[in-house]
Formats: sequence, structure tokens, C-alpha cells
Amino acid sequence: MRLLLVLAVGLPLLGQVSHERILKSAAEPGNWLTYSGNYSGHRFSALDQITDQNVARLKPVWSYQVNSLQKFESTPLVVDGVMYLSEAPSNVTALDTRTGRPLWKYRRVLPDDVRVCCGMVNRGVAVLGDLVYIGTVDAHLVALDAKTGSVRWDTAVADYKAGYSVTVAPLAVKDKIVVGMAGGEYGVRGFLDAYDARTGKRAWRFWTIPGPGEPGHQSWKGDTWKTGSATTWVTGAYDPESNLIYWGTGNPGPDWNGEQRGGDNLYSDCLLAVDADSGKLKWYFQFTPHDVHDWDATEVPILVDGEVRGKKRKMVVFANRNAFYYVLDRTSGEFLAGKAYAKQTWAKGLDDSGRPVLLEGTSPSLAGTKVWPSVSGSNNWYSPSYSPLTGLLYVATRESGSIYFLGEAEYKEGEQFNGGGFRSIPGEEEYGAIRALHPATGAVAWEYKLFTPPWAGVLSTAGNLVFGATNEGQAFALQASTGKPLWRFQAGGTARANPVSYTSDGKQYVAMAIGTALYVFGLE
Amino acid sequence: MIWWAALIFFQQPQAMDMTTATANPYTSGADVEQGKKLYGGRCAGCHGPAGDGGKGANLAVAVLPRGGSDRELYRVIRYGLAETEMPSSLMPEREIWQVAAFVRTLGRLQGEAASGDAKRGEALVSGKGGCLRCHAIGIAGGRMGPSLSDVGARRSPAYLRGKLADPAGDVPELFRMVELKTQSGTSVSGVRLSEDTWSIQVKDFADRIHSFWKQELAELKVERRTPMPSYRTRLNADEMTDVVAYLVGLRGGQ
Repeated sequence: MRLLLVLAVGLPLLGQVSHERILKSAAEPGNWLTYSGNYSGHRFSALDQITDQNVARLKPVWSYQVNSLQKFESTPLVVDGVMYLSEAPSNVTALDTRTGRPLWKYRRVLPDDVRVCCGMVNRGVAVLGDLVYIGTVDAHLVALDAKTGSVRWDTAVADYKAGYSVTVAPLAVKDKIVVGMAGGEYGVRGFLDAYDARTGKRAWRFWTIPGPGEPGHQSWKGDTWKTGSATTWVTGAYDPESNLIYWGTGNPGPDWNGEQRGGDNLYSDCLLAVDADSGKLKWYFQFTPHDVHDWDATEVPILVDGEVRGKKRKMVVFANRNAFYYVLDRTSGEFLAGKAYAKQTWAKGLDDSGRPVLLEGTSPSLAGTKVWPSVSGSNNWYSPSYSPLTGLLYVATRESGSIYFLGEAEYKEGEQFNGGGFRSIPGEEEYGAIRALHPATGAVAWEYKLFTPPWAGVLSTAGNLVFGATNEGQAFALQASTGKPLWRFQAGGTARANPVSYTSDGKQYVAMAIGTALYVFGLE
Repeated sequence: MIWWAALIFFQQPQAMDMTTATANPYTSGADVEQGKKLYGGRCAGCHGPAGDGGKGANLAVAVLPRGGSDRELYRVIRYGLAETEMPSSLMPEREIWQVAAFVRTLGRLQGEAASGDAKRGEALVSGKGGCLRCHAIGIAGGRMGPSLSDVGARRSPAYLRGKLADPAGDVPELFRMVELKTQSGTSVSGVRLSEDTWSIQVKDFADRIHSFWKQELAELKVERRTPMPSYRTRLNADEMTDVVAYLVGLRGGQ
């Protein structure tokens, strides 16, 4: 009895996810505490029970079907035997990792006039303390009790009727929940927010488009900054040493008609480094100035240390939708290196500052302009992975082009504001590949070709494996050091999510949303 | 249609439809003119500059099978048709209506009359032409090529004439001929049913379905071409006109 009491006193620590625990996530690889597994955006699991030697025996252990035909883009989190899984449109289910049985469900009642460009989706939750956080397509941030799913607070982030929504997995940092927004096809004005984790009160907001008088404001013509988008719909990274949050921003609006908005359109298509406490901008780097192809820089930034041209550097690396790979100094934002990692026909290359040198005749037109990469880019929102063991960065790469059209764009609140469109290139033999890049240079170590350009991210593990999945429904594992295919499973639907790994009862599992179900794989 | 055809059109918008109009609110001369420009860039590639079809359906018809009402036509342009090559569009509401307004004018244009003798055409299709060896019409015919049961609703006479003369000129986006050899030396050729990174499924010319892991294959050739022969010399000009007249009359179930 006394022993039980002692255990019970010790228990509140379990299930309580402190900032310290997320910081030291490497110390507890059996849990998956934050979107990318750690603050550095690595999506790497230190678990090594499933290896390149035994992965051929990997089998589905349980699956969980969602009651939605929306795209299932969720990364689950796992805390001490409980999986927190978001489901489209803005729901959360807590699952018992031993059996796959639901422990509680949060089902949000949504208004019937929500505006989202590309699906009523959600990419995952954050956990901090004893709360679970979800952003909603009606642009709220909601804190749920991790034990019951009941709502602790519910804060409106923005007005959904103006085209704002939240699909991104929030990021818990210290005592705050950092959350971005979507709506880049509705002429919104972008921002990155942080909320007090206990109360839901907004702690800071960084507008991703500078207002009058602020630096960068001149990069917009007239009033176009008010409808310039620059959204923040993919989860960023955090560096405790500099206390900086790294977060990518989306396309300028209207997407394909750049005439009226002039200028570079800051801070669209940028990587932002903002102070975690104040939300103040430390530096920015713009990948695609005055973008007219919808190449959001909403990819996951990866923090990695290494040597660039003989000098030790703290880097942030970025495989951009625009087909270029970038190496930046993460303290200063200085451009260190960059090169194309996929087919592109819009730039001669990057200049010494990392700015693209544009080719003529690549803007959208009434008759259509053929350009690589496609509107979906060479990479997209789904996650890359960095393995500290192989020292390689794994990117699910898309080899495809688009025909880009110019159209009118007249802003009306809550309506699509695109200024054009796109279509696939007739007869193009598009394909995909998992590419392993040397992080400091972007040089390709190996590639494994996929039949079509993928929509699913990758996970690398200490078992010398890279997990991913295809449009045609297969989950697969490659040898991380060589790219050799070692395992696959036909799950029966297009994968549009990222894998994670965790332990339950001490055994390693790999989980991934594919089609409209979450699959959990383990060794027999 | 191959089931994953829809995949090539990234991110079909699933947003709720903001338009509430049931009748096209943009039908002025200027709207039609703007719609024509938009159509020229985005639609003409498949539907033809005059809308009389090509890879895409024939739009120069009095009644559009998938766009009878303005609302239906709007939805087809906005959301596309799942598992066909018709993509969705992100054009703003007004531009969609303008394109729809222009498309309506196509149906009022004088389409090419099919002047041949449909009865003779029917005999040629099942007889000398040998079309039913590969194509189905209703309950009759083969399975190798696409069904012709409603081809008249989808294709204009000019398109059908061109296709008969030069089948290779417009092979469907995802249609592939396969020739392969297994490691044990068996050869199979046919039409691709499905393919992914690791496997391929093929229907051979005797309608047998084969499935292979690619790693089992010694040779694999997947080509975008058609086994359909050209009828430029197989049929004389009158016969061609008769065949087209018959095909144009094929309108599906009714």
C-alpha cells in the first residue's frame, strides 16, 4: 500500500509534458513529444529495435480508421502510452498505444462556411503540461485536457470568414503555444502567434507582412500588403541556445498575378527567425522574392551543425518548394550555400546572397507558361528527416512541372484571391524520389525513385532506416545509408502524412496515417 | 479509367462552394469575351478552340451531359470530374461563370454535320473495320480499348475522323502499352491496368490479367502509344464518313 502511494505520488510526472522534456526528447525516444520529434525538425527516432536487418518482418499491428474522407495529414504525438491523433477537419482522438482503442474523443462543431483552399485538414497537435492543443479550420486554438479531451480554453486566432484557418500543428515552446495560420488563397494578412499555454491569452503576434512605417513595407505596392497572404501553415523549429523560432512563410497573394503587388513582397516565401519570448524578428531570408508560382516556403526547417567550406557552422537547412536547397547560418541568417536539388527552369541559379537569378519568360500567362517545378513544388509541407547517425538529410522529392496561367485578381473578403491557375503538363513523365542529401552542400548521396511525386514525409531511425509512403498506398522502408529498399506494405490509400516512431510496453512501433487510416507497424 | 487518374491533379479544392447563384450572373458580351480568353488558355488544349472536343469532351452540343444547368456547369469547371482528366480550377467565381458563359455559346454554334450513312457505318464498325475486336458498344465488343457506347456524346465528328486517321496523335494521358519479359523467360504484352513503384498489372490481348513485382522482370517497356491501327487507308473516304456518322449517333444508354 505504501509502495503504491509512493508510485502514485510519482505519477503526476507521467503524462505531464514539460518544456524540459521536449527539450530533452532525445533522452526518451519511446515518446514522440512534438511535431518533428525534436525542436530541431529532425523527425529522427533514436529507437533501434527495428533495423535494416529485421525490418523485412515488420507487420501492421493495429490500425485506426477516421470517419472523414478529407485528406489525413496528421502526425500523431505519443506520451507515455497515449497517442494524441488529430483528425480532419479539427478533431482529436486519444488512443491507447497497446490496443489502438480510443480513450477519448474531441469532436469540434464547425460553422458550415469555413474557407480552406485545399482540404479541411489538420496536421497534428502539440502537448504541454497536461494539455493538448489543436488549431481548427475555423481559426481557433483550443486547449484540451490530456486525460479527458474536455475543452480547457478556446481562443479565436482570427476571423475564419475573412479566409483564415488553422491547419498547422502548433509548437509548444517554454510556457507558450506557437501557432501559424493558413488562407494564402484568400488574400489574408499573415502572422505567427504565441499564446499563453495555461490561459489561451495571446502573448505576441508577428505580422508576416510589415505594416506602414515598418522595414519591408515598401516591398509592396500601395495597399496590396493588406491582402498579401504570407501565411504560416507548417510547423517550424526552435533553437534553445539562441531562443529563436524558425518558421517558414507562404506565397504572396494573389498567387499567380504579381503585377499589382510589385516589389519583393516581404516576408512572403521566407524563413523567419523570431525571438520565442517576444515574437520580435531577429532575421529573415527570402527564398523566392516576388513569387508568381505559389511556391510557399512552408517546408520544415532543419537545424543541424556542421562544416561549411572548412568553417564550423550552426546551420538551418531548407529544401524549398522552388527546387533549391539552402544552407543558412541560423544565428545570423547569412546564406552559406545553395543549389537545385530537383529539376527547375525558372532561375539561372542563386547569386552570392542566395537570391535567385531569374530566367525570362517564366511568369504565368494567359496562354499558359510551362515551368518546373510544379505548383506543388519539389518539396511541400510534409516533413524531411535528418539522421545524426548517417549525417544525411532525407527529402521526399517531387519531379514535376506545371503550366501556369495568369488571371484577374480582385479582392473580396472571404473569397479566393488567386490571379490565375495551373494545370499539369500533358504527356509529362513526372516521378518522385527519396533523395539523401549532404546537409552542408545539398549534394545527393543517393536517391530511390518513386512512381509518382510523393505527398508523404519521411522518418529516419537509429535502425539505419528511412520510412515513407507513396501515393499508390505503400508504406516502405529504405536502408538509411544506401537507399536500398527493405520493406513495404500496401495500405490501400494515398499517403499524405509523416511517420513517427515510439515504444509501447517497451517495443518499438512505427505509425503513419495512410489513406483514411492510421497504421501502426511492429515486429512480430 | 485508371483509378489513380485523379492523383495527377493535385489538391482538388474541397472548400465549400461559395457561389449561391443558380443562373449564371455573368453573361454579358464582355463576360463572354473574357470567358473566351480564359477558355483559350485553360480549356482549349483539351476541348479544342471551338469546343468541339479533342482529348476533352465535345462542348459544342446543345445539351451538355454533365452541365445541363448553369449550376452543374459551374461545378464541373470549379471541381473537375473525379477520376477523369478534367481538373478542378482555382479561378475566382466570376471567371468560372465567364468561362461557363462562353462554353454555352459553343453549343449554339453550327457544329459539323455528320453527313454519312450511319447504317452502313454500323456494318463497317462490326465488319470490315474490326473495331469491336477492341472496343465495346453496349453489350457487344472487346475490352482492350475504351468503350464507344457514348462516344458521340463526348467527341465531335472532326475529332473522330482525326482519331480514325491518326490514332497515335492523341493517346489518353495515362494509357500505356506494356511489353515485358519475366526472369524465367515468359513474355507478356498488353495494356497497363495499374502501376506503382514496385509492381505492375497488365491485361494482355486475350483479356488475361497479369500481375508482376518489377523485381521479377528481366525487361519492362511501358510506352504511351496505342495498338489501334490507322484507318486512313483501310477505309475509303465514303466509308470513313459513314463510320463517323454511326459513331456520332452513339449516345449511351438511352
